[in-house]
Amino acid sequence: MTAPQPQSLAPEQVAAAASPRPSASGLLRHELAKPLLALAALLILDLLFVPGFFTLQVQGGHLYGPLIDIVNRAAPLMLAALGMTLVIATRGIDISVGAVVALSGTMAAMLIGGTMVINNGVPEYVANTPMALALAAALGAAVLCGAWNGLLVAGLKLQPIVATLILMVAGRGLAQLLTDGQIVTVYYQPFFFLGSGYLLGIPFALWVVAAVLLVVGLLLKKTALGLFIQAVGINPVAARLAGLRTATLITFVYVFCSACAGMAGMLITSNIKSADANNAGALLELDAILAVTLGGTSLAGGKFSLVGSMIGALIIQTLTYTIYSLGVPPEVNMVVKSIVVFAVCISQSSEFRNILRRSA
Amino acid sequence: MEQPVKAVRPVLELNGIHKAFPGVKALADAGLRLYPGEVHTLMGQNGAGKSTLIKVLTGVYTPDAGTILLEGRPVSPASTLEAQQLGISTVYQEVNLCPNLSVAENIFIGRYPRKLFGIDWAAMRRDAEVLLRQLEIDIDVTAPLSRYPLAIQQMVAISRALNISAKVLILDEPTSSLDEAEVQLLFRVLRRLREQGMAILFVTHFLEQTYAISDRITVMRNGEREGEYPCSELSRLALVNKMVGAPATPEPAEAAQHAAQVLHNDPLLSAHGLARKGVLTPVDLTIHKGELLGLAGLLGSGRTELARLLFGADKADAGAITMEGSERVFGTPRDAIAAGVAFCSEDRKHEGAILSLSVRENLILALQARMGMLRAIPLKRQQQLATDYVKWLGIKTASIETPIGTLSGGNQQKVLLARWLATEPKLLILDEPTRGIDVRAKQEIMDYVTTLCRKGLSILFISSELPEVLRCSDRMIVMRDRKACGEYTRGQLDEQSVLQVIAGEGA
Repeated sequence: MTAPQPQSLAPEQVAAAASPRPSASGLLRHELAKPLLALAALLILDLLFVPGFFTLQVQGGHLYGPLIDIVNRAAPLMLAALGMTLVIATRGIDISVGAVVALSGTMAAMLIGGTMVINNGVPEYVANTPMALALAAALGAAVLCGAWNGLLVAGLKLQPIVATLILMVAGRGLAQLLTDGQIVTVYYQPFFFLGSGYLLGIPFALWVVAAVLLVVGLLLKKTALGLFIQAVGINPVAARLAGLRTATLITFVYVFCSACAGMAGMLITSNIKSADANNAGALLELDAILAVTLGGTSLAGGKFSLVGSMIGALIIQTLTYTIYSLGVPPEVNMVVKSIVVFAVCISQSSEFRNILRRSA
Repeated sequence: MEQPVKAVRPVLELNGIHKAFPGVKALADAGLRLYPGEVHTLMGQNGAGKSTLIKVLTGVYTPDAGTILLEGRPVSPASTLEAQQLGISTVYQEVNLCPNLSVAENIFIGRYPRKLFGIDWAAMRRDAEVLLRQLEIDIDVTAPLSRYPLAIQQMVAISRALNISAKVLILDEPTSSLDEAEVQLLFRVLRRLREQGMAILFVTHFLEQTYAISDRITVMRNGEREGEYPCSELSRLALVNKMVGAPATPEPAEAAQHAAQVLHNDPLLSAHGLARKGVLTPVDLTIHKGELLGLAGLLGSGRTELARLLFGADKADAGAITMEGSERVFGTPRDAIAAGVAFCSEDRKHEGAILSLSVRENLILALQARMGMLRAIPLKRQQQLATDYVKWLGIKTASIETPIGTLSGGNQQKVLLARWLATEPKLLILDEPTRGIDVRAKQEIMDYVTTLCRKGLSILFISSELPEVLRCSDRMIVMRDRKACGEYTRGQLDEQSVLQVIAGEGA
C-alpha cells in the first residue's frame, strides 16, 4: 500500500466537498489549513513588529503598501510555482525554470533594446523589434524549452531531474552566449509597464498571475485535465492502459511550466529594466518547488493544489520581507528561511507525527 | 533421485500458516517440510501463495497464525536479516548484490575479514576463491560483479549465503532469466550442495526444471498446501491437475446451447499471425459476437502477452487484426479502446487501480479518456454512473468518493470492471479477473461476466483456474510455450486432454 496522499483540492471535488457544513476541527483538517496558518503566523509577526505593515495607500490611483509590495514581488515566483505544480503532480520535476527565466528575459531585452529619439523636442522610444513580436518570441523560446523537456521526459523516458538538468545548464549557457555574459539594459519605456506598471490601481504583474491562474483554473474545472494529470502522476502505467495520452499530457505540463517561467522572466527583466543572463532567475526553480511543497502538494505526484502553491509562494516572499524589515542582517536570511521551511515541512511529515504520538 | 531418509528430522517445518491481507486470504493452513540434503520444489499457480509463504519464512511478513520450526526449535524471524542469522538464506531472481563492487567484496560485504589496520584484502580474496571453487566456479574475484553474466552473479549470491552458514537455501525463481546452459550450471551447483546436506527450497513454474532437479514437490493452491509428493511418484499431468484444481462441475444444458449458437454469429475480431519477437509466436484467433472465449495456460505461456497485443498495450511485430470486417492497427491502448476493446489487466495494483483516486474517478477514467480531455463528463453524470455501477455490481464502499485503495481486492476489481463496462465495449478482455480475491467476489464477478456475454458482449477470458475457464467458456484456446496449442469447442472440452496440452504431455 502506498502512504495516503495528502488530500488537496481536486478541481472536481470542490463542489462535493463544499456540501457538508464546515466545523472548526474540520476546517483545521482542510488541506490548505497548514499553509494558511503559516502565512497567518508570519503576518501576525509583521503586525506586531513592523510598523505600518498593513497600511494601504492610494497614490495617484495606484495602491501602495507593504502587502502590495510583497504580492508584487512574489509574482514571478507565483508564476513559476503554478507551472511547477502541474509538473510535480505528474510525479516530475523541472529544475530548468531559472534557466528559462534567464533565456526568455534575455531574448526580450535584446529584441526590444530600445533608444530614446527626440523628434521635434518630443522624446519617443523606439524598440529594435516591435514589442509584441519580441514578447511573443521570448515566450516562444520558453515554449520550445518546455517541448524539449517534454520530449526528453515523455519521449525518451529520462528521469525528469536529469532531463531538465540538461536545460538548466544549456538554457543559461545559451543566454550567456547571446549576451556575451554582459548585462543587457533596456531603454524602452512601454516595456517597463509589465513589471512595474499599474492597471486599475493594481500592479500589472498581478494581473498576469491572475490571468494564468484563471485560465488554468478554468481548464481544470471545465475539462478532465485535473483528473488526467492526477491519474498519470499516481499510476502512469494504469493511466496509459485506461486510454490516456500520457506522453502528450506530460509534454503539455512541461511546456506549460516553461511558458510560466518565460512569463516570469519577462516580468523580472521588465522590473529591473535589464537582463542579467548570469543571475536572473537563479535558483528560482528551488523556490518554486518549495512553494509547491509548502502548499501541500506531494512530490510523489497525484493530488495537487494550485491555491496551495500560491499561498506557498506568498509565504516565501513574506518571509523574505519580514526578515529584512525586522532588521535581521541579510546574511542570516538564508538560515532563518531554512528554519521556517524545516518547521513547515516537518509539520507535514507523517513519520514525525508518529514519533510524536509514540513519545506522548 | 534419492528419497530423503524418513528417520531424519526435517531441518525446517512450517505448519498451519495463516496470513490475511485486507480483503484477501493469502495463506490458509499452508505448510512445508524441508529435509537436509534435498531439493524441494514449491509449485503453484500465480496467487497460490508461494511468494507469501517465502516471505513469511524469510521474515518479511509475520504470519497471523502457525509455527515455524527450525531444527525442532520454534523461530519467528522478524526480518530478512534475522532469518539469515538463523540460517535461512534466500537468493532472488533479481540478484540483490552491488554490481559495482568486486566479486569478493560482494561475498563478504558487511563481514570483511579484518587485520590490525583495516581490511585484510588478501584473505578476503583467498576465501572468496575457495568458496567459489567449492561450486566449481573459477573466476577473477577482484573483477566487478557486473562484468559477469547473471548466472555467475547468482552463484556469487549463493556463495554469500553459504558463507553465512546457511542451513536452508531458498531460490526464488532463480532460472527465469537464465539460458539453458546457465540453468545446467546452477543445477550442478545445487546437486553438489545437496550432497553436502543442504536443504534447498526451489521456487519455479517451469515443469521441465522441476523434474530435472527436485526430490520432492509441495503443491500450493489458493493459499493452502495441496499436498507433498516425491517427485518420482507424481506425473506431470497429476501435478498440473493439482495446481489448477479439478474436476470441473458438469455444464448446464443452457450453456451448451449458447455455445453452439454463438459459433454461428459473425466474427467480431480476428487476428492472423499475431506475433511479437521473444514474447509470442504467431497466433490465429477469432472471437464471435457474444462469445466467451477462454484462454488457458500456465504463467509464461503467452496468454497475457497475446491479450496485450490485442489491446495495443504492446506493439505486434507481425500479423493483422480485423475487427468488424475492417483491418485495424492498435498502436496504443487508445486505438483499441476507440474501436471498442477493453482490457482488465491481471496486475490490478500496478496496471489497473489508481489507488489514491476515488471510486468515482477510477470508474469514469476510461470513459473520460475515450471522450477526450476537453469534453468533461459533468459531475452529476459521473456520480450517477458511479452510483449505478456500485449498486449493480454490489461494490462495498463507504461512498463513491472513497479512495479505491481503501477497498478490498474484490471490490477494487469490480470498480475496474465497471470502468470498462462504462465505455460500452464490444470486446472485453479479462486477464485473471478473479486473482487474489475472496471466493464470494470471485463467484459474483464470474456471474456478471456470464450475464454480460448472454447480452451480446464478446469476452476473452484468461484464467489460471482451469475449472473456472471450463465452466464458462463457449470455446477455449490452450496456450503453452508462447504459442497456441489447441482449440476446443464446448462439446469437446475435456479436462484431461486440456490438462495434457497445458502440461505438454502426450498430445
